[in-house]
Amino acid sequence: MSLSRLLPAGVFVVIVVFLAIGLTRDPSVIPTEMIDREIPSFELPELREDEVMLTTSDLIGETALVNVFGSWCVACLQEHPTLMELSQAGTVRIVGVNWRDKRDDALTWLAKHGDPYSDIIFDAESDLVIEMGVTGAPETFIIDPAGRIRYKQIGPITPDVWRETIRPVLDAIAREQETNL
Amino acid sequence: MTRWVAILILALMVGLTAATAQDADQVPVEEVDTRTEAISKTLRCVVCQNQSIYDSNAPLAEDMRRLVRKRVEAGDTDDEAREYLRNLYGDYVLMSPPFQLNTILLWIGPAILVLFGGIWFITRLRSAPVEAIAELTDEDRARIEAALAKKGPDS
Repeated sequence: MSLSRLLPAGVFVVIVVFLAIGLTRDPSVIPTEMIDREIPSFELPELREDEVMLTTSDLIGETALVNVFGSWCVACLQEHPTLMELSQAGTVRIVGVNWRDKRDDALTWLAKHGDPYSDIIFDAESDLVIEMGVTGAPETFIIDPAGRIRYKQIGPITPDVWRETIRPVLDAIAREQETNL
Repeated sequence: MTRWVAILILALMVGLTAATAQDADQVPVEEVDTRTEAISKTLRCVVCQNQSIYDSNAPLAEDMRRLVRKRVEAGDTDDEAREYLRNLYGDYVLMSPPFQLNTILLWIGPAILVLFGGIWFITRLRSAPVEAIAELTDEDRARIEAALAKKGPDS
């Protein structure tokens, strides 16, 4: 068989490969630009104590999960039990970013579902959230003690996500810290 | 009494407007408006697929427009403001993809296809074997003669 006979089949295979890659990618997941960058500087009030201002320095010194949530966010309820568990076990510091919310709504929501956060940054105007390249809630950043973003989880932290994705990153950071000491 | 209160409030308002007008730095408001609009049209809303943040009603698009405005007010050029958002959200945020290594196929792919298609077409056209036309046999001639004779010479 001559080569030109194979050409249509070849073109077909190329198209199949392109479609296989193109159609199986989720277009709503945008790769984050923020990995290995420092968290942007900010100065925003604490949700629960409005006279307290939180700044970038409050996020430095300890590995933390920075969790973007809001009382309007349905999927946040899905990960909330996991966050509560982690917080009660004292596994990792969890900082909340309360996004595009009303203070009262957020406080009611936390009273109802529990409050796993060591600190909550009240970001009603998206000031910090947009500088962190957030596209929706929930999103969770893992930051190392130097305040660098090491990972971004888009969507809820289910027990599976915790086991397979988040914990390995935390372990890696912990190992790094040990070798640095 | 009420008149005095009214005058006082009015004076305060005028004072405040003047103060804010002075604070809003060098870039005039109309310019900020038009430039924010123009830049917003070139930035993609990251939650709504193929809509610019200018066209989108999504809350995040609104936040992004506000950030663009903030950058323009801070004295950024159009490109600097675009670059600022690209830095946060990646190439995806640009409505027209930049010409770079990972998009090179996208930009020059069609030209390559046309080029190769053209080359293929021309070579095929040139090398196509000219089909030999069979010579008329005596039998064929006889049949033609017969057919013409039957038809008659005038018709």
